[in-house]
Amino acid sequence: MSFPWAKNYEPQVPLMKWLDEKLPLPRLVYNAIGAGYPVPRNLNYFWNFGVLAGVALVIQIITGIVLAMHYAANADIAFNSVEHIMRDVNAGWFIRYAHMNGASMFFIVVYLHIFRGLYYGSYKAPREMVWLLGVVIFLLMMATGFMGYVLPWGQMSFWGAQVITGFFSAIPVVGDPIRIWLLGGFAPDDATLNRFFSLHYLLPFVIAGVIILHIWALHIPGSSNPTGIEVKDEQDTVPFHPYYTAKDGFGVGVFLLVFVALTFFSPNMLGHADNYIPANSLSTPAHIVPEWYFLPFYAILKAFTFNFLWIDAKLWGVIAMFSSIAVLFFLPWLDSSPVKSSSYRPLNRIFFWILVLDVLLLGWCGMSPAEQPWVILSQLGAIYYFAHFLIILPIISRIERPLPMPNSITEAVLAKHADAPSAATA
Amino acid sequence: MASETEITAGIEDGVRRRDFINIAAVSFAGVGAAAVVLPLVNQMNPSADVLALSSTEIDISSIQPGQAIKTSWRKQPIFVRNLVAKEIAEAKAVPLSDLRDPQTLDERTKPGKENWLITLGVCTHLGCVPLGAGEGENRGPFGGYFCPCHGSAYDTAARIRQGPAPRNLEVPPYEFTSDTVVTIG
Repeated sequence: MSFPWAKNYEPQVPLMKWLDEKLPLPRLVYNAIGAGYPVPRNLNYFWNFGVLAGVALVIQIITGIVLAMHYAANADIAFNSVEHIMRDVNAGWFIRYAHMNGASMFFIVVYLHIFRGLYYGSYKAPREMVWLLGVVIFLLMMATGFMGYVLPWGQMSFWGAQVITGFFSAIPVVGDPIRIWLLGGFAPDDATLNRFFSLHYLLPFVIAGVIILHIWALHIPGSSNPTGIEVKDEQDTVPFHPYYTAKDGFGVGVFLLVFVALTFFSPNMLGHADNYIPANSLSTPAHIVPEWYFLPFYAILKAFTFNFLWIDAKLWGVIAMFSSIAVLFFLPWLDSSPVKSSSYRPLNRIFFWILVLDVLLLGWCGMSPAEQPWVILSQLGAIYYFAHFLIILPIISRIERPLPMPNSITEAVLAKHADAPSAATA
Repeated sequence: MASETEITAGIEDGVRRRDFINIAAVSFAGVGAAAVVLPLVNQMNPSADVLALSSTEIDISSIQPGQAIKTSWRKQPIFVRNLVAKEIAEAKAVPLSDLRDPQTLDERTKPGKENWLITLGVCTHLGCVPLGAGEGENRGPFGGYFCPCHGSAYDTAARIRQGPAPRNLEVPPYEFTSDTVVTIG
């Protein structure tokens, strides 16, 4: 694995030698994030977000385990048990707010991680498997985030569960029985709440498992880098530790600053006031919105307001929403450009930023009411989203003329700093 | 030492005794696994206590013409509406060809009781509770029910007329047990 010049683990003290023979766990760590893993020397701060996502997951698991010690998954008392955590449990308010906002932080860093992958072509060969596993992690995160949002059993929780499970009723013929099976009743109730709690506790560990596969698949070709050129020799790399442990450490510090600022000063900024109203199965909130991190997909769902061909609007919306994520699975084969990094792809760079704007527009439409002009904007936004992946990307990867590429990572690094006054001569 | 003929015995037709044992063992394990999966899948279905809520009695004597009430059956909202003559006429005036889910008012009510429109209050799009049953609520452009979440509008017979919902509001199974009592379920 990795490169021939990767350092070998050599246990120093007798205890570590003994351990290395019995259970070579320190060797595994050394080869994963120590000097046993040489990494391109030119990674920028966008390469921090994988580690930050890992930190966010650990925070979610720890705060989640603690919350589960106080929370009651029973439709009669779930809402009150959350209020009990907020008011009576020692530091309960802090742990819950950390968990609530930790979910948002997790999605922020994962979105940046995904957009890093899109911009720098990290999904391209030889890292297709890394990308595919990443999309699987993203899907698992969406499922986990959704089920976690249901647990406080507020109005948004309840109606979120009603609407999201309603997607399944769009399936022809068997849709309604499937929905009833998923809910364990005719509407979200005790059975639903209990199974969501069980799965919400389970899935993060599944995510952790897939993350191990994601990192394993990454360590076979080694990390990508901003030039998109593969590592050629030892000069192009530095050992992960101490170089990137230090750089990631700084990133974790910044991440935590943003996280505590959000948690302490504006903990409800990203939530919805309606979720402080206990669930009422007889009255829908005037305006149902999901958490912010699902808004672009929600806009694609809402974009279908009319029947089309022989499929009704409801099924179209659901198909489109699932397809908007499924299309990511095909990305390594939709983009056939031999150049990975958009730094050398002038045309792709422009369309990348248009896609970012399009996703932001869809997010805006997702939180707006189902009225004009939002309906037409989300329709145009949804069309553009799919056009980007299915039409624009395959075409530009064929017609684009990439900029001249450096011969190696080292050459690119030296060229970048050629005209900067060097510290030695100053 | 086993002779050549013993080792290859029975292989001429490409089938060994061992193949039969393999298939039989795997099939047996497969049947066993399926037998275990069945209860694991079935436990997700509604439990007996949830199914036990399947019948509700409603007293409709106090619902005035033009008024509607919201009640619940199987933990889902039920709309009971006492239609006025104008609303019945409006519902009947709509040609079936205009409807996404063609049904006449007669098909959605009981004979001789066509003023009693009893439907689930569950939008057939994604399951929200439409407005229109409460006093002063927005009944939408067709005077029936309106779901603001995704913009589905229903007419006075609770049939879908506009927006993303695919079907009319569902009519639950019900009977008039007397002139003033309806049993749902």
